[in-house]
Amino acid sequence: MTSTMTTTVTTTTRRRPSRRARAMLVPLAFLAPVLVLFVGFKAYPVLYALYLSFTTNEGGQQTFAGLDNYIRLASDPLFRIALKNTLQILVVQVPIMLVLAMLLAVAFNSMLLKGRGLLRVSYFVPIVMGLVAYGVLFSALLNYDNGFVNYLLTSVGLPRISWLADPFWAKVSIILALTWHYIGVNAVIYLAQLQSIPQELYEAAAVDGANRRKQFWHVTLPGLRPAIVLTVVLSTIGTLQLFDEPYVLTNGGPNNATLTIGLYLYQNAFQYFDFGYASAIGYALTLIVVVIAVGQGFVLRRRQP
Amino acid sequence: MTPHVLSGRSHRARERSLSVFLTTFIALGALVMVAPFLWLIVASTHPTRDIFTTPPNVLPGGHFWENLVTLFGSSGFADALRNSLIVSTVSTVLGVFICTAAGYAFAKFTFPGRNAMFVVIIASLALPSQVTLVPLFQMMVTFEWLNSYQSLILPSLAVPFGIFLMRQTMLSVPDELIQAARVDGAGEFRTFVQIVLPTVRPALAACSIFLFLGQWNDFVYPLVVLRTQDAYTVPVALASLQGVSSTDYGALLTGTLVSITPVLLLFLFLQRHFVAGLLAGSVKQ
Repeated sequence: MTSTMTTTVTTTTRRRPSRRARAMLVPLAFLAPVLVLFVGFKAYPVLYALYLSFTTNEGGQQTFAGLDNYIRLASDPLFRIALKNTLQILVVQVPIMLVLAMLLAVAFNSMLLKGRGLLRVSYFVPIVMGLVAYGVLFSALLNYDNGFVNYLLTSVGLPRISWLADPFWAKVSIILALTWHYIGVNAVIYLAQLQSIPQELYEAAAVDGANRRKQFWHVTLPGLRPAIVLTVVLSTIGTLQLFDEPYVLTNGGPNNATLTIGLYLYQNAFQYFDFGYASAIGYALTLIVVVIAVGQGFVLRRRQP
Repeated sequence: MTPHVLSGRSHRARERSLSVFLTTFIALGALVMVAPFLWLIVASTHPTRDIFTTPPNVLPGGHFWENLVTLFGSSGFADALRNSLIVSTVSTVLGVFICTAAGYAFAKFTFPGRNAMFVVIIASLALPSQVTLVPLFQMMVTFEWLNSYQSLILPSLAVPFGIFLMRQTMLSVPDELIQAARVDGAGEFRTFVQIVLPTVRPALAACSIFLFLGQWNDFVYPLVVLRTQDAYTVPVALASLQGVSSTDYGALLTGTLVSITPVLLLFLFLQRHFVAGLLAGSVKQ
């Protein structure tokens, strides 16, 4: 009797914390693989890069250099050019692409459009194209002498364009390529959001005498807000980190006209093997991304009625 | 009465002409979007000398088989194709499973540090991926993992966007369903695999496409850690083909076509789920 009592007591006292521990253990077990991999292959490299950004390579040894890399960055003319190019591409490309994507989504959502399934896939399919395939294909299409695009231009009586070798047109090429690649994904995000806007809102607006244009401004656009916040922030992050397109199409040229921060980082790391400086560029870029993305999120959310 | 009928008819006529106009306009844009793919298909059927002609060939030629033979004969392209298929498939299966498990933990359990961990994982999206290239390279050198499958697979499993997508999806799985399974005596793992997973199939498909695409197309990181030709993945092999001085454009463009074919097929089969999954995951109010 006494012994049974004691066992009961010990098991309950043991069980109470163990139940709480169990409640912790189950979610941690589900999270464990991601946590281990995230710490090992993301958090550790990221922190190691932070350490590298305070070092410099001297005779094959990384030695501590304090803020030297960051001081050098502040007065590096190439970094300034890369920053300017990146921001120029950002402010032109993101608004153009997102406005077109939004109009496209409105069209996809309209009963007036025939063959919607096929058309939607056509706009969406460029997303499967990888960096290298993309580079091979677009270099061929945009070739000055015998590319397909210039053939079309000359066949309608326009002059050839030096797509990849002229500073202005090289930027235009990158903007076109980016838009081609990502417009469909953004249109689909808008489309998903459009379909979640209740039909009654349109009916009520129509009863109140709002025509199609007014309905767009007063029902569609406010309803799209969450998707707008998402796409603006994601596209901004993507374009600020822009690397793929200039890497495969222009390699930053001509005359650094398409040098982006992402590309400059890569060049410093894997062409000049200046890992410390490359890491400092990476952290400067991260800071720019965070400031701009947080600012956008703030502005776009605050305007909510 | 008559004016009413008339205006109804003219209204319908206006709708129809608007419909024709809109469809034509959007279809022209669609043609521009798919034109590069069409050009690629046509170009891969011609020998190099017939690809850049004026006027360009718009009809397929008969040289596709020869291009394919050149492609697979010369450059270790077969190895690359095998490597890419293995690495992408394994990464996708493992990655989808662990991202889903993490999404489930974030959505359906409360525990200390949950929100902080989730925010850290999402915030890592702001870091340019090039930042981790150098440390990862040095890590692979230390582990002696250069040229290995695990050097490509392990760093690409915990994908922030995948975790985000699955967490958003898991939020909409009813708690009652999970409770009922527990009451019936199913263990936590069985509840997850047999009860929860089947309810989130579209998101699983979307996550699979996303991870497969990311791994299949990844270029810069594999370029850094793969040092020998027999370890190359398809994008690295293609880039090395392009690098040589006497590029055989017929073979190169055929290789490009071969490289996009698996993802194109996967995408076309699963694209409905991809859209549905994006819908469920990314635009919650």
